[in-house]
Amino acid sequence: MIESATKLTNAYAWEVLHTVLDPEVPVVSICDLGIVRGLELIGEQGLTVVLTPTYSGCPATELIAAETTNALTKAGFDPVNLSIQHAPAWTTDWISTEGRDKLRRYGIAPPGPASGNVAGQDIVLRYMPQGRQAAPALDCPRCGSNHTERLSAFGSTACKALYRCLACQEPFEHFKPF
Amino acid sequence: MQASITLSNDPKLRYVLRLADTCLILAQRLGEWCGHAPALEEDIALTNIALDLVGQSRLLYALAGQLSSHTEDQLAFLRDERDYLNVTLVELPNGIRKGLPNDFAFSILRVFAVASFLKPLWQRLQLSNDAELAAVAGKALKEVRYHQQHTGDWVVRLGDGTDESHRRMQDALNQLWPYTTEMLSSDAIDEAAHDTGLGPRFGDVKADWLADVNAVLTAATLQAPKSTAFTSTGKTGRHSEHMGFLLTDMQYLQRSFPGGVW
Repeated sequence: MIESATKLTNAYAWEVLHTVLDPEVPVVSICDLGIVRGLELIGEQGLTVVLTPTYSGCPATELIAAETTNALTKAGFDPVNLSIQHAPAWTTDWISTEGRDKLRRYGIAPPGPASGNVAGQDIVLRYMPQGRQAAPALDCPRCGSNHTERLSAFGSTACKALYRCLACQEPFEHFKPF
Repeated sequence: MQASITLSNDPKLRYVLRLADTCLILAQRLGEWCGHAPALEEDIALTNIALDLVGQSRLLYALAGQLSSHTEDQLAFLRDERDYLNVTLVELPNGIRKGLPNDFAFSILRVFAVASFLKPLWQRLQLSNDAELAAVAGKALKEVRYHQQHTGDWVVRLGDGTDESHRRMQDALNQLWPYTTEMLSSDAIDEAAHDTGLGPRFGDVKADWLADVNAVLTAATLQAPKSTAFTSTGKTGRHSEHMGFLLTDMQYLQRSFPGGVW
């Protein structure tokens, strides 16, 4: 597909990275999620991509790294080096506006701001003997009603919680602020 | 690859492994709930917490591997019992009362106790002079807050629930309490970590731990038992009778198929 090396630019690398989708939520790209922190193209030394993985135990981390390398290699970048950067820790605040829209259209309520919810802050522990009431009210990604309740603190993956809408009766997932 | 590895006495290595092993062994116990929790939501929650803990331990093993020139897998699967340095609390079975091998109250309370310990520890470790350890801490801190939150909710719900749920949660607390002493006390490894700027002494987080735990116990109408002179010794390598059984299960695949990967 690539005819000449003149196409192998920073901008083209970003374009390719926008096609690498999250394996668990295959509508958002790793750029939408804020996993790609930067890249550097240095002539013959090739392309270095800086990735910040999400959760420590996210099973998709290794797959994302492999798919990133594959996509860029196929596009003609050679060699492709991945640099895994753990600090600062990934936060859902890095998910782009476009990424949030894509999540909503996919049926996942996007996260609210993680600041105030982050490391080191004094957060009063919230206990919910009554279960659902104290969980934050969210807008249903399908019908928009905020008449929703949390069903489960953890969903199909560690990064999500399970909710249901009491207006349209549909269950939906919520990407937790992190 | 298949031979057991042994550890040096490097205090930095041992400090990191105390953390890594505590995360890994608790994850192993939580993994045993998979398919057995009292409700689907809790099955998912307990195994997701386990997954976070495995992830944290992997990052720590990678760091320990740089200090001891071993791989993550060698460190996780090819040590003998005495070379695991987790606190004893996390290796205890999911229920330690006879006739109750899967005690949800005990398991939930244990995660709450350990998360309430790790949270202030990760907070302080963000200031570690080891940049990699500080990075692991920054990430783990976000995760442990969800663990503490979720299990704290359950301690309150069951403690302040029915007579039966209260009795069982109080019973779990009585069994668990003696094992918390080890987690909240310091020794020479902690002093070395403190002196070199690697991280806090375990004992340094005791006040924070007590504050969080007491708040929940009060809300849960539970009574902390009197402390005793008993102190477990897992973090020095001297484990309970349960550890060997746990390891035979956890290490089986690597011992039988050396170097096996997914």
